[in-house]
Amino acid sequence: MFGEFLLRVEHLSVEFDGFKAVDDLTFYAAKNQICAIIGPNGAGKTTLLDLITGRTSPTSGEIRFKEADIGGLRENQIVRRGIGRKFQTPSVYEALTVFENLEMAYPDARTWLSAWSFRRSEAVVKKVEEVAELIYLKDKLHERAEKLSHGQKQWLEIGALLIQEPDLLLLDEPVAGMSVQDRELTAALLLELVKERAVVVVEHDMDFVRKIADRVTVLHQGKILMEGKMDAIQSDPRVVEVYLGH
Amino acid sequence: MERATPSPWSARFRSFTARLSSEKSTRENASFVLLAVLLLLVFPLGLDVFRLNLVGKYLTYAFVALGLVLCWGYGGILSLGQGVFFGLGGYCMAMFLKLEASDPKSTAIQSTPGIPDFMDWNQLKELPAFWVPFESLPFTLLAVLVVPGLLALVVGLAMFKRRVGGVYFAIITQAIASILSILIIGRQGYTGGVNGITDLKTLLGWDIRTDEAKVILYYVNAVLLLGAVLLGLSLIRSKLGRLLVALRDKEERVLFTGYDVASLKTFVFVLAAMLSAVGGAMFTLQVGFMSPSFVGIVPSIEMVICAAVGGRSSLFGAIYGSLLVNFGKTYFSESFPELWLFVIGFLFIAVVMVFPNGLAGLDLMKMRSFIESKLRRFQKPSVGLSIPKPAPSRPGVTAAPRSNG
Repeated sequence: MFGEFLLRVEHLSVEFDGFKAVDDLTFYAAKNQICAIIGPNGAGKTTLLDLITGRTSPTSGEIRFKEADIGGLRENQIVRRGIGRKFQTPSVYEALTVFENLEMAYPDARTWLSAWSFRRSEAVVKKVEEVAELIYLKDKLHERAEKLSHGQKQWLEIGALLIQEPDLLLLDEPVAGMSVQDRELTAALLLELVKERAVVVVEHDMDFVRKIADRVTVLHQGKILMEGKMDAIQSDPRVVEVYLGH
Repeated sequence: MERATPSPWSARFRSFTARLSSEKSTRENASFVLLAVLLLLVFPLGLDVFRLNLVGKYLTYAFVALGLVLCWGYGGILSLGQGVFFGLGGYCMAMFLKLEASDPKSTAIQSTPGIPDFMDWNQLKELPAFWVPFESLPFTLLAVLVVPGLLALVVGLAMFKRRVGGVYFAIITQAIASILSILIIGRQGYTGGVNGITDLKTLLGWDIRTDEAKVILYYVNAVLLLGAVLLGLSLIRSKLGRLLVALRDKEERVLFTGYDVASLKTFVFVLAAMLSAVGGAMFTLQVGFMSPSFVGIVPSIEMVICAAVGGRSSLFGAIYGSLLVNFGKTYFSESFPELWLFVIGFLFIAVVMVFPNGLAGLDLMKMRSFIESKLRRFQKPSVGLSIPKPAPSRPGVTAAPRSNG
């Protein structure tokens, strides 16, 4: 539908006071593929997500999503076009229940007036329950988010993205701080999610990446060091040197 | 026999408090009825006209505190300049009343009869253009809401679209409060200067200085305030209320969920400004004047303290907080005038450090177990030794702790 790739990032650069955080980077994401981005701290992984989601403006280069240029759009406009982003630290609304957290993300009643007159409809309840089931939180719907475990908060944030049915999911360290068992469940969740969309994961956990990623991109000093299958990546001496070695 | 009713008083007390804290909206309804009874019956019946008028004056600050609960307690936007909006509402009302009081007959001795006295003293020969529309009451009532609302809209959009928030926003609102009060004091001929707009007499020919008028105005004020509380309740029970809480806790997440954060913040800021303005207009009507001393930094901060003492995320707390703080202010300024600023400073520190959720945040469950333990001790002789094991349901364990945002 959109050629081969849903997201095309071409020759993207961003400079902060002379420091090139992302340097002439070209990157693609396609539907039904999980792309993993790995790299040492400061490689520009999170900056890349910031650029795609409009939090940071690029110095040069182009970002196209569904063929449309999204370079100059605001964050909320980019979200509405179908890009959902999960932050590095789980960000859920602690004071609200799981249900309310998911309801908040339901793509409706976004202005003050419509939010004030918003009534919880059947469709919303059904959708919330559907997503809650998917993210293993069905029996926690009416608990306040602050009572959830770390892993459950991560899932809740992913759920809040899913309820908007994004075409592209950007996940910044989705399994950081999770138990082994929760990692398994998260991997299963992502493999399920990718059936209908493109997923980009920034992650440090190599076992997790191997389990889920179709393609791995190694970033180093704002540039792509290597791209390919996990096996090829792990045996590459350059990668070993900058990243896997320690 | 005695095991079945281990402690009738504590059991009764427990069921009473459990009912109070069971359903949040039920509790809010009960609080509303209690407030209505207090404002519409207890105060008018229990106080003489002078004191009732004083309470009415305190309640005008409650409008500001209500706005702050929505804007600050819920939305997380701290404004230290709410006096600006209170003042603008009050000045709009005062301009209308002043024009009515300045008819050519009663100002015949002035060099230019028919204009407000302070203009005459400042050698103005005719009414300034921006005063002219305030000869109409409908325009004035509209202006009471629209003028402060527009200012809040402009400030809100300018700040929030540029992602100015938190402490920076608070400082800017404070600067605006300072600017406006300097402006009013400096442009004496147009504003009445430091004295403000005084000597207000009638509203469409109805003398607002009589005892009867004071009682009626008290009731108008109380009903408007109850209406404002209902408005606030409907807001916080809606998705918009939850959205504000979300904004306060995780603004970035809300932005990345597709909401236009700047517009939402501007909305709640404008709403708070308009509520404050209604309070200001009612202040002018009940107290009979408006002056820059209600516009500047100190009154703005006092209003924040009112909201904080009552509980920054409790609509009802805001009203009780305003009553309490202003009662304290009257008492201290009468008895120990030089102490008041210290008291208010101390109060602010105490609210922040010791009870951040104010009066409304005092933990009902903790108080309940405290009172229950007293009750148990009181009844110990009758039940104490006949129970082999301690009662399974301990107070404060079964019910969820009450927390107030």
